[in-house]
Formats: sequence, structure tokens, C-alpha cells
Amino acid sequence: MSDLIDAFQVAGKAFFGFQAIFFALLAIGINVHFGYTGLLNFGQIAFAMLGGFGIAISVSQWGLNFWVGVLVGIAAAVVLALLLGLPTLRLRADYLAIVTIATAEGLRLLFRSVSATPVTGGTRGLSAFNTDFIALAPWDTARRYNILGTSWSGGELWVALVGWLVVTAFSLLVWQLMRSPWGRVVKAIREDEDAVRALGKNVYSYKMQALVLGGVIGSFGGMVYAIGTGSAIPDQYQNANTFLAYAALILGGAARVLGPVIGSMLLLFILQFADTGLRALISNGVIPDTLLSSTDVAQIRFVLVGIGLMLLLVFRPQGIFGDRREVMLDAR
Amino acid sequence: MPAEPTAHGAHAARPDENPAAESAGRVPQRLAQAALKDLPWEVGVAKPDPAIVVDKVTRSFGGLTAVSVDHLEVQRGGITGLIGPNGAGKTTLFNLLTGFDQPNTGTWSFDGRDLGKLSPHQVARLGVVRTFQLTKALSRLTVLQNMLLGAQNQRGESFLRALVPGGWRSQERENTERAMDLLRRFKLDAKKDDFAGILSGGQRKLLEMARALMSDPKVVMLDEPMAGVNPALTQSLLGHVKDLREEGMTVIFVEHDMDVVRDISDWVVVMAAGKIIAEGPPESISQNKAVVDAYLGAHHDAPLTVEEEDRVLAEVDASLGREDGRSSGRPGTDEISSDGSTR
Repeated sequence: MSDLIDAFQVAGKAFFGFQAIFFALLAIGINVHFGYTGLLNFGQIAFAMLGGFGIAISVSQWGLNFWVGVLVGIAAAVVLALLLGLPTLRLRADYLAIVTIATAEGLRLLFRSVSATPVTGGTRGLSAFNTDFIALAPWDTARRYNILGTSWSGGELWVALVGWLVVTAFSLLVWQLMRSPWGRVVKAIREDEDAVRALGKNVYSYKMQALVLGGVIGSFGGMVYAIGTGSAIPDQYQNANTFLAYAALILGGAARVLGPVIGSMLLLFILQFADTGLRALISNGVIPDTLLSSTDVAQIRFVLVGIGLMLLLVFRPQGIFGDRREVMLDAR
Repeated sequence: MPAEPTAHGAHAARPDENPAAESAGRVPQRLAQAALKDLPWEVGVAKPDPAIVVDKVTRSFGGLTAVSVDHLEVQRGGITGLIGPNGAGKTTLFNLLTGFDQPNTGTWSFDGRDLGKLSPHQVARLGVVRTFQLTKALSRLTVLQNMLLGAQNQRGESFLRALVPGGWRSQERENTERAMDLLRRFKLDAKKDDFAGILSGGQRKLLEMARALMSDPKVVMLDEPMAGVNPALTQSLLGHVKDLREEGMTVIFVEHDMDVVRDISDWVVVMAAGKIIAEGPPESISQNKAVVDAYLGAHHDAPLTVEEEDRVLAEVDASLGREDGRSSGRPGTDEISSDGSTR
């Protein structure tokens, strides 16, 4: 029983930790792309990587100020969005999907390549760029704090606090945009581009704006991740994260402001809970070693999440916050 | 033809309901009809007051020339029907005129402004708005949101201004009022908060037309507005199309139902195999030989003489014999199909 409470507490920390913020920001960006505008971006992690490395390279390699690094990260994400959008947004949705997935993988391989090592640190990546930011914390970051039975370092708390403020700010931005006429145009593009063109709206421009906005939000996710881990390593930015963020978005409900946020928190909670819980059960002998060894837990938890998502799609296809009537319209 | 009697019924009933509005509204219609009355019934004839002028527009897909229009003028303030058999190029011409497709050659203009090289949204902003053959209701938007989308020059549609609601609230209120007026006219006001995706096919057609009107167009191009709509709703749609003309708009529409075309058009343009083969007032069309040929085939009413029949049979025999000689030992379906394709 105490093991279970332990698992619950550890998972509770994941619920609020910087990884949940990372996925929440990725998923808010994907929500702008896919949920509202209907753009299939399968390379959201590339924006996050540019965000993280924007800070890392600016601070540790170029010796710039931390906040200049943030601006560099944003600018890099904007440029990437424009580069991805220019050739593909006039074409069918499939082309953006192809180009983004290839770019995400290609950029990661480029960043970890030997020739890029002088700038990106190659496979070892960069570190020691977040001290300026951590030093801004209004409390002592050297000691640990106990909150609801979980232990946080002062730095972790500070990153989490600022991270959630960023998530709140972007959620408010998305909420305000999507209730405005701008959001109406974007949602109409998701439904039928040609109808929107025939009503005198420049569809290409709106799609580009949405791509840039979602990409910039994703780059903030990468920044939070880089600051949270204290290092930027290209292989942290595997494209599997994009799909986990999609899972979080669908779990929470697409085209809903809180969908990606709550979805990410729950996804991280479930992953962590399954991990700690299974390990506890194995070490107690409740699950025999022959059936499942603790080395398999890391994989098994994803299987559990997969089963959970399947059940969700069968019984609640709209996600937690979605509108069932809206989802059912697609079925005809 | 169940539509025929109701057509006259609805038509006859309207002056009784509102004689003043009817007589006042009739004026532009009469103007267009009167202006077109004395024109010769020939292809490419110049109209007294053309809104749209098309010159030497061709569009081919590979080896197929889908549209090849030498000269066409569309009278302002009138209803022009565009008819023709399937594959005649009507929808392709619509796509070209509204910027959804670019032609291989040719020019076309609206109000003297060249429309070539304009993208669809630029054409729409000039006041030429279209609907689609396959209705494009925006399913997961409500009916009212569909309507509001049609309004032009919205301040809140720019990214930065959208963030300050004070900047667009009042305009949004005005647009909502106008949208509700239109919805009441099209009897969709009770559905304003429903998703457009749950509307019936006919209601979607109505919504698409109402949405197009939200943009205050000068020219309305309707691609098969009555397709798949029941006769009762056809009448109400027809009434709405006539209302457009009475408000001074220029209407171009594609339609297959000849009764509908006869009922509402001031001028009819007939296309076949990409070309315009006839033009004229509706009553001229059914007498036009080129039109009848295009719809029914050139020899549909000429019976075969005995000699002709013999000759055709002999040709068939000869070709069958040739096939037998060439592919001996492989009779059957293969042969029949190759025979059929050679002739």
C-alpha cells in the first residue's frame, strides 16, 4: 500500500514537472496546427530543438545573454516555419506532413554530426547555459523543498513555476485568438480551404501564420526542456516526442484550449505511475520475475499507455474536453 | 415533372403577397431583359452593358481541351444560365473565371478589370463570389459562424488586431445582425447555433448561398444550385436567385434542369465539348439545332435507310472477319472488345 502511495507521489511530481510542461507546449503548438488549422505537422520536435539549442548555443558557445538566447530560439523557429511552409502550404496537407517529419529527423542528425560539433557539441551536446536563469529564482535553489511528499530542488521548482506561467500565457493567447474572427478563418480552413478562398480570405497567409505561431510555442517547449535538464543534447529531441505530444493532445481533446495541457499532465502522470507502480509490484513479488522483469518496465508502460489510448478512442473519441457531436460529424 | 405546376403557383402567388415590393423590385430585371431583347441570337454577341467579358480563353488537361471560349459577354444585372451536357466544361469555366484554375491562354475581365493571374481570394474581394457543385458547408462551424465568415474587411481577421477584442467587437455585432437578417430570409435562423455538418443537403445549399451573400457580391456564380434538392426547396431557391437579380446583382448559374433554366434566366449560354455553341434568350434555345444535337447526338432523329443499315452490317462483318484471321484460336470476349474499340 505504501508503495502505491509512493508511486502516486512520484507520478504526482511528473504531473507538474518540466517534462509535462515540455509536452504541454509541444501539444499546444500542435493544437494550433492540427486541432484548429488542420495542418499536419509531424515534426514539432524540430521547433523544440531549435528553441533549446537557440539558448544553448547562444549562451555557451557565443557567450550571449540568456534572454538574447531566448530570442535566437524564437527567431530560429520562425525561420524554420517559413522554410517549411513556403513550398508546402500551397499543396495538399500531406506534403507538409512529409516535409516536417523529414526535417525533424534531418535536423537532429545534422546537429549531432561530427561537422556540427564545434557549434552544437555533437552527440554530447551543450550544458551550463541555465545558471543565469536559475539564479533569478527568488528562493534558495541549492536546497531541496518538500511539497506534498515529493522532493523538489529549488531550481526544479523555479523552472516548473516559470514553465507553467508560459503554458498559461500561451493558453490564454490561443483562447483569445480562437474566439476572434482570426480563429474563425483558421477553423474554416481546417474544414474546407476552397470555400474559404471563395469568400475572399488569403488561405496561404493564414496557414503560414498558424504554422509560425504553433512552431514558436513548440520552441518554448524545447527551451523549458533544455533549462530543466540543464543540457541540450540532439538525441533528446527524438521525433517520438512529437507523437507523444499528439497522444497527449488527443487524450485531452483537440481544438480545445485546455486539451493539450491536461492531456500532457495526465500522459506524464500515467507513464510515471505505471513505471513506479510496476517496479514496486515486481520488487514485492506480486508480479513474478518470470512474467516481467524490472528491465522491461520502461517498455511495458508505453504498451499500457497505448492500450489506454485505444480504449479512449473507442469510448470517448473526443478526448477529455472534446465535444462528442463535433467528432461525430467527421464520421459521415 | 412535379416542379412545373408549383413553379407557376409560387410565381403567381408572389405579387399578391407584396405587390409594392414586387413592382419596385422588378425594375432591374426588366432592364436586363429589355436590354437583351433585340440582340441577335448568335455566339459571342456583344451585350449592351457587360459585367464580365471573356476573350479567347482555353484550358486543356493533357490532350483534352476542356474549355475553348472565343468570346463571351455577361450582361450586368441579369441572370445568365450556363447549360450543356456533362463534361461540356461549365465547371472548368467557373473555376477559370474565379481564379481557382489558370487558363493556358486568354483574358477575361470584370468591370473592365483584368482578372487574369488573380488568386481566388482576390477575385472574391472584387465582388465575384461563387458556390460549389459539391456543397462546401464548413461542418464543424456553426451556421452563424459560417455566415460571419462571409463578411469582408473584418478587422478581427488580422492576427494582431484579433488579440484586442475591443477593436472588432462592434463590427462583429453589425455583421451578426446582417447574418441573422439573411438567415431569416433563408429560413435558417432557428439553426444558427447548430453545426453546419448536421444540416440537410438542401439546407446546406441555402447556407452556402446565404454565406456568399454576406460578402455583398456584385456577381454571384452558382454551380448547380438546385442539384440534389427536392422540388419544394427548388422553388424557394429559385425565389432567392430571382431576389438577387432584383437587388441588382449579376447572376451566372450552371443548371441541368431545363424547366428551371427557362423559368429564371434572362439569357442562356450553351456549352458543349468546351465551346460555346449557342446563346440567346431561353425560348430560343430549345429550337436551336446545335443545342439539340449536342444534347441528343447529331443523328438521333434520322432513321437508318435500308442501304445504310446493310452498309453498317457489312462493315461489322468485315471487321469481325479481319479479327478472326488475325487472332485465330482466340475467339471470345477479347475479340468483341477490340472490335468495339476500333469502330
